[in-house]
Amino acid sequence: MRLAEVHNHPDDLQAQFWRTDFPILKTKIHGRPLVYLDNAATTQKPLAVIDTERNFYSNYNANVHRGIHTLSQRATDAYEGARIKVQHLINATSPNEIVFVRGTTEAINLVAQSFGRSRLQAGDEIILSWMEHHSNIVPWQMLCQQTGANLRIVPVNDSGELQMSDFEIFLNARTRLVALAHVSNTLGTVNPVKSIIGLAHRHGVPVLLDGAQAIAHVPVDAQMLDCDFYAFSAHKLYGPTGVGVLYGKSDLLEAMPAYQGGGDMIRSVTFEETSYNSLPYKFEAGTPNIAGVIGLGAAVDYVRSIGFDAIVSHERALLSYATAKLTDVPGLRIIGRAREKTGILSFVLDGAHPHDIGTILDREGIAIRTGHHCTMPLMERFGVPATARASFALYNTRQEVDALVEAIHKVREVFKP
Amino acid sequence: MTDLRELYQETVLDHYRQPRNSGRLIDANRTAQGFNPLCGDKLTLYLKVEDGVIRDVSFEGSGCAIATASASLMTESIKGIREEEALQLLQNIHGMVIEGDKAGDMGKLEVLAGVHEFPERVKCATLAWHTMKAALESTGLPVTTE
Repeated sequence: MRLAEVHNHPDDLQAQFWRTDFPILKTKIHGRPLVYLDNAATTQKPLAVIDTERNFYSNYNANVHRGIHTLSQRATDAYEGARIKVQHLINATSPNEIVFVRGTTEAINLVAQSFGRSRLQAGDEIILSWMEHHSNIVPWQMLCQQTGANLRIVPVNDSGELQMSDFEIFLNARTRLVALAHVSNTLGTVNPVKSIIGLAHRHGVPVLLDGAQAIAHVPVDAQMLDCDFYAFSAHKLYGPTGVGVLYGKSDLLEAMPAYQGGGDMIRSVTFEETSYNSLPYKFEAGTPNIAGVIGLGAAVDYVRSIGFDAIVSHERALLSYATAKLTDVPGLRIIGRAREKTGILSFVLDGAHPHDIGTILDREGIAIRTGHHCTMPLMERFGVPATARASFALYNTRQEVDALVEAIHKVREVFKP
Repeated sequence: MTDLRELYQETVLDHYRQPRNSGRLIDANRTAQGFNPLCGDKLTLYLKVEDGVIRDVSFEGSGCAIATASASLMTESIKGIREEEALQLLQNIHGMVIEGDKAGDMGKLEVLAGVHEFPERVKCATLAWHTMKAALESTGLPVTTE
């Protein structure tokens, strides 16, 4: 028996309790207990979320919004109930500011094509950063192609923090939008979004935040941040895949043209003229992922029942523990050492390609991600082809970090010169 | 760890640390690029083909142990053989890593047989070989095995 299996850290007591809510964590991989450290890619789901979707399909599945019959009423109540739960999670002023989409990527594409397309002209500028995920790069590249606008990219320093001085220089009379990650999926950096938004607003520039990595790990208060748009995915928040949220300030969403056309987003349709529905339905064409949205509602309930104070406190302590242990491994370099971080650790190891690290760790039951993490510009910036990335969630423990470190030493054994 | 020992054999690790035929071939007359963007393995293959025989070969690139070792082992096995024989070797490699075939005398290339137990790494092992095919057929298009 490995030492790591026996040694229960007392500080992990709470997390050990939370673990029992997640059925998949009992799984064995190659005969070993699953050590799931790929939460930045997707999180595991508590039984409450799994049961909610199952319960929907078993007991009240029906299409939403236009039905007269009982099941349809129930489904609609649950669907709209989830919208209110999300509103409260991020402290939006109204449920009409919560648009359900497929995920963060669709949310950003919606803003690019609806807000961006109707406002940008040739010569206008959009500010991004070198740490952005492809989902917060490509939609803007496409928009620039369509409109003749240009991108300005804020550099990232060696610690993985935004060069704020460059940001201030980039903000000028031609800037129409700032689109930034709240938290970097590769570096774990928490960006100073409140001051960024303050600065941008002084120049009359709206800000979109990619909240995919933030939503489960830092408390998000849309009114306090005063962000103009906020995008996130349910599956990063212990919820189902195929669902995401675009938060937008009412007046902005009101002024934006429709994104996708179809049923539900209309008020009336004739071949002479079609009028669009009010918010938020204007942006929700077609039958939505009803079960997924209701599942997201259950995920929000779960997270709020634990509370962000407890989650942040646990994950912060775990990050500290893991950072110290990984720093001690000879030949290991952590990429992303910002002062403010969430539980994401990207690293490279002398003599071993991230792929090979991933394969050896997998045989030990440990799931990490290897590759460019959809941040190819960031790999270029740090001069590496790929990194290995361990990312934590509320159910991870110090015991699991010990297992990770032990497995990394195994990798070093295999690849010793 | 028996599975891992089959994948990361001493020969594989040796070819990863010290890839044979590494570098750019000045008088190459066929080249091709291979790139698996999702994982970051990339290589450029240089061949000098005369009278249907691969006279010389080299490669440059960066990648994981499997991709690098496979490329290195490949360059050793195709130097001096006919184009058709090289393409036949590609078929044999496919059979070995994808189907798990044990047939044929593959010589040193047999060390790659362990890849069969690691399906997610097949694309690493086959990248160099598909790049070789593209070079011989002069398609001019970059190759990916993803």
